[in-house]
Formats: sequence, C-alpha cells, structure tokens
Amino acid sequence: MKPLDENGMAARLAQDIPDGAYVNLGIGLPNRVAHFVPAGREVMYHTENGLLGVGPVPRTEQEDPELINASKKLVTMVPGASLFDHTLSFAMMRGNHLSIAVLGAYQVAENGDLANWATLEQNFPPAVGGAMDLVAGVPQIYALMRHNSRDGAPKVLKRCTYPLTGAGVLTRVYTDLCVLEVTPEGFKLIDLAEGNSLEEVQAVTEARILT
Amino acid sequence: MIDKRVSDLATAVAPIFDGAVIMVGGFGTSGIPFGLLAALLDHGTRDLTIIANNAGTGEDALALLLRENRVSRVICSYPRSPGSVWFEKRYEEGLIELEVVPQGTLAERIRAAGSGIGGFFTPTAYGTLLAEGKETRVIDGVGYVFEKPLPADFALIRAEQADRWGNLRYHATARNFNPVMAMAAKHTIAEVRILADEPLEPESVITPGIFVNSVVEFGVRP
Repeated sequence: MKPLDENGMAARLAQDIPDGAYVNLGIGLPNRVAHFVPAGREVMYHTENGLLGVGPVPRTEQEDPELINASKKLVTMVPGASLFDHTLSFAMMRGNHLSIAVLGAYQVAENGDLANWATLEQNFPPAVGGAMDLVAGVPQIYALMRHNSRDGAPKVLKRCTYPLTGAGVLTRVYTDLCVLEVTPEGFKLIDLAEGNSLEEVQAVTEARILT
Repeated sequence: MIDKRVSDLATAVAPIFDGAVIMVGGFGTSGIPFGLLAALLDHGTRDLTIIANNAGTGEDALALLLRENRVSRVICSYPRSPGSVWFEKRYEEGLIELEVVPQGTLAERIRAAGSGIGGFFTPTAYGTLLAEGKETRVIDGVGYVFEKPLPADFALIRAEQADRWGNLRYHATARNFNPVMAMAAKHTIAEVRILADEPLEPESVITPGIFVNSVVEFGVRP
C-alpha cells in the first residue's frame, strides 16, 4: 500500500476546487487545501468567524491578533474580502450560498452519513462548532480524512457508529488511498492514489467500493 | 443627555448578580472582552450561566472563572479546544452543566431573542443527537428542528471603537458574536479599545447604541 501523505491528500482535493468557488475549509487538514489550488483559479475561502476572502499566513509585520480563522490561527485578507458577524456568516452556510465545504471526519458511511463531532467516550466533552450548519446548507460536502485510523480501524463504513453530524450529507470522500463519490448505490470509485490497486484498497475498507 | 460611558471596568460590571445568565462575545482569542471578564472575576459573583462560543483556554479570564468555580452552566458550540484545560477539568468533575449548541443555531437563537422572534425552524442538526427531544417538521421536503430564542441578563462584548451614545464598530474578525449578543441581553456592557469624543460616522456603525447600556475603555488589543 502506498498512502498519500497529508500534503498529497490536500493537493489531490485541491484539483477539484473550481475557479470562482466559495469554499469553507474545516479546521485541521482541510485548511491545507488552500495551499494547493492550481494557479490561475480564484477561490474565495470562507471562515465561520466572519471573513470571506481568507488569505495566506501573515508575515510578521502583517500579523493582526484579531484577524484569525476558525482554527484560531492568524490569517490575512485577499483583495475582495469582506467582514461580517456570526449571523450573516451562518446565513451563508445554511442559505446555500457557499459552493463546497471540506471537513475532517471520524467516520463516513456509504449512505452519505458523516460523523465528526462526538465519540462514544463519556468523559470527552462533545464540541460541534459549525459542522452541523455546514452540512445542512452547503451543496457539496467533501470529507478529507485518513482511510483508516492509526490503529487500523476502518473509517469508511457501511454505517457510522459514532453520533452523526448529518445524515446523507456527503458528496465525496478523499482519503490517503482513494477518492470516492457518494451515490444512491453506495461509494463509487473516482480514482486511486498512485501505486495502489482496487483489490488492496477494498481489502482495508469495510464498505463496498463500486466501480 | 445620553452618555453611556463609565469610568472603569469594575463600575461597568457592578450590576452583575449571583445566578446571572451572561453572554460573552468573542471567538477563539479574538473579540473577547478580557478586561470585563477580569473585572467579573474580581466582582466575585457565583452560580453564573455563560453563553459563549468557546469555554476559555489556558489561564485566560474565562478559564479563570471556571477554575474559581463561579460558573455552574455553559451554553457553548465548541467548549473543547486546545488548552481548554479548566473547562475539561470542571466538566469531568461534574461541576458544570453543558449544553452544546451548533454554532449557527447559537447565533440565530441569540438573534431571535434580540429581535422579538419566538423561535425558528432550522435544518441544522436535523436527524442528529442534538435534535433529540425537540419539535421537528418537514417543510417542502426538508427536515427542520424548532429552536427557541436564547436571551440573557447581561452581555459582555468587545468592540474597537465607541462614542458616548454607545454606537460601536469592530475590527477584523473580532466582530463575530459581539453585535448579535448586544441585542439579546437586558443589559449590554461593551469594552472598547478606543472611546471617541466625536460621534462615530453613522455609515461605519455596526451596533447602534440603542443595544448598548454602558461602554468602558480598555485599550489593550489582546
């Protein structure tokens, strides 16, 4: 098996972000997608805390402690950016105004279910943030995640076992091994990471991969 | 004459009482009224309900209210973030009641309270654990959850600049929950970096002064 590294996963997903898209990138790995969008495409990145037009990490002299993204990291603004409050920010999500949201995931399932906010551990306080609002209103929901957990447990499943973020909301799943489209029949293979065969990937996947 | 300026943080938080429900503006470290929260800690009130996006990090003023057991209930979208040690400790000890609310639903429930709306149907959380026990309805084929308004006794907010009428404008992403919380509390206290002598340019006002009860200067930008 030849899994992609994190930059490879982000770069693969970035190929599918079209010119002119309004995109919300979730905290963690999804944030890295912005570094790999092919030259010549103009993409407006939305961050839930009230900025459309998130730019790259600031140079030291540009740093503004009150200009941050959803991961609480310092950012800049691109030309054409706008600032707004939380009600407007979430109206953009629920009101179907964004094009794509890229989210991390604990588990995904072939019926399009996504679980990324709570585990079954009792003492672990749940934290939902904006994930449920994104899946409620953004038409394209892409999960970006490792195919299996570090201990080998499958994450691409027939049905999620963790509490759901949203039922039937996923459109695509990007992992370190393959890209899957969610269809009414289940997961359909779009492509495999270079150097891997469908047989190898299917063998480490709980859900059936259709071709 | 309308003059909402108060001289110091302690005077600004003096009306806050034991058992109060308090909204705290901010997201991450941006737009949090750290001066007012520090004054609230000194003020000594207990049994507080805090409505905020996050539940404090490290030893910041919100985390210190948790450490000192002043808070009995938290209504929050993302209480667990890197460094939210005091929240996690008090939660594990069973000393804090937690209500997790999706972030957009939190903002909209606050907006409803401030706008005289008796609740609303939202698609957010439909079919999930966070909709359990709530009224649901299918409208034109889409499932929605009924959410009620979320009012408060006090809102502690932070803005960039104010005038004596309580008009506010903000800086960068420090706006976040601050304008909507200003609308939803019986008594809104704004900490501002600059308290201007001249009125703000009306076109630049984001929060009209009608929503603000007092303004106090706290020059630090965290």
